[in-house]
Amino acid sequence: MIRSFFEASAYAGIFLTLGSYFIGMQIKKRFKSALFNPLLIGIILTMAFLLVAKVPYETYNSSAKYVSNLLTPATVCLAIPLYEQLEALKKNYKAIFAGILSGVLTSMTSVLGLSFLFGFDHADYVTFLPKSITTAIGMGVSQEYGGHVAITVAVIIITGILGNVMAETVLKLFKITEPVAKGIAIGSSSHAIGTSRAMELGEVEGAMSSLSIAISGILTVLFAMFYAGLL
Amino acid sequence: MNYLKQFLIIMGISTLGELLHELIPLTVPASIYGMLLMFAGLYTGLIPLSSVKDTGKWLVAVMPVMFIPAAAGLIDAAPLLKANGVAYALITVITTVLVMVIVGTVTQAVMRGGKKHD
Repeated sequence: MIRSFFEASAYAGIFLTLGSYFIGMQIKKRFKSALFNPLLIGIILTMAFLLVAKVPYETYNSSAKYVSNLLTPATVCLAIPLYEQLEALKKNYKAIFAGILSGVLTSMTSVLGLSFLFGFDHADYVTFLPKSITTAIGMGVSQEYGGHVAITVAVIIITGILGNVMAETVLKLFKITEPVAKGIAIGSSSHAIGTSRAMELGEVEGAMSSLSIAISGILTVLFAMFYAGLL
Repeated sequence: MNYLKQFLIIMGISTLGELLHELIPLTVPASIYGMLLMFAGLYTGLIPLSSVKDTGKWLVAVMPVMFIPAAAGLIDAAPLLKANGVAYALITVITTVLVMVIVGTVTQAVMRGGKKHD
């Protein structure tokens, strides 16, 4: 019943997508822990509904893809916060670029090394290659090189939640105390989801973290042209 | 009318990004070309901030919801997860911590190094 309705409906998939995320936001409001990430809850609820109602993914996606199609314009607009933080960038540009560059190289090199260790094939390897950057850009990289896009998205989100939850402990443990360094470290390792934690730590941390999302995303796209051919 | 014009500009830049993606034989997503074009436009003043700001910030704010359809594709990825799940989990955790520590340490070292020379 539900399945045949989904096949005929233009909006059911969009409604399910927005509704699942909305419930996730309500849960996040009640329990203020990073573990209750609205996006993670939204994904789980959407999948649970499809499984229970026996709606094939392709049927759902024929409607929900219109939501995905907004991703390119939204990513284009990431240039707006980047532009607004230009002054903060100019002040510490050497340290910021050195930090972000080291992060991109560390992320891609460690993915390469661990992929060799675990015996991954090319598709698995490029699935993880963009794991530290923002989903919008990471999805594009994974797709360009033939990765499993759905896994890339899930891994990027889990990376963000890990960074969000562990940031304070890890930074304290390794004596990273400069607000600029804290922000860049969080944004480079755990993109937008980590950034929401950085914003709670302070204004400088938040601005620096969102700045590194855009820059590390662009650097990853550039370096991926080289790294993707290594396995 | 204001929102329509903002949306028009954002869609125009997105389309230009797609065009560049078609024309340039590099594996750079269309969204990155668009983002660079938008940044260049704002920086040169060709696109005034006020002409894209409201719609742009709204799109950025609701972006998470746009990841759900792709991620829900995990439903069809169960065999992959069964085969490599543990390796997937390990690589995710190790890389995240490693990147955070190295970036923080490098950024802080360069900042403090720079101050001594001033």
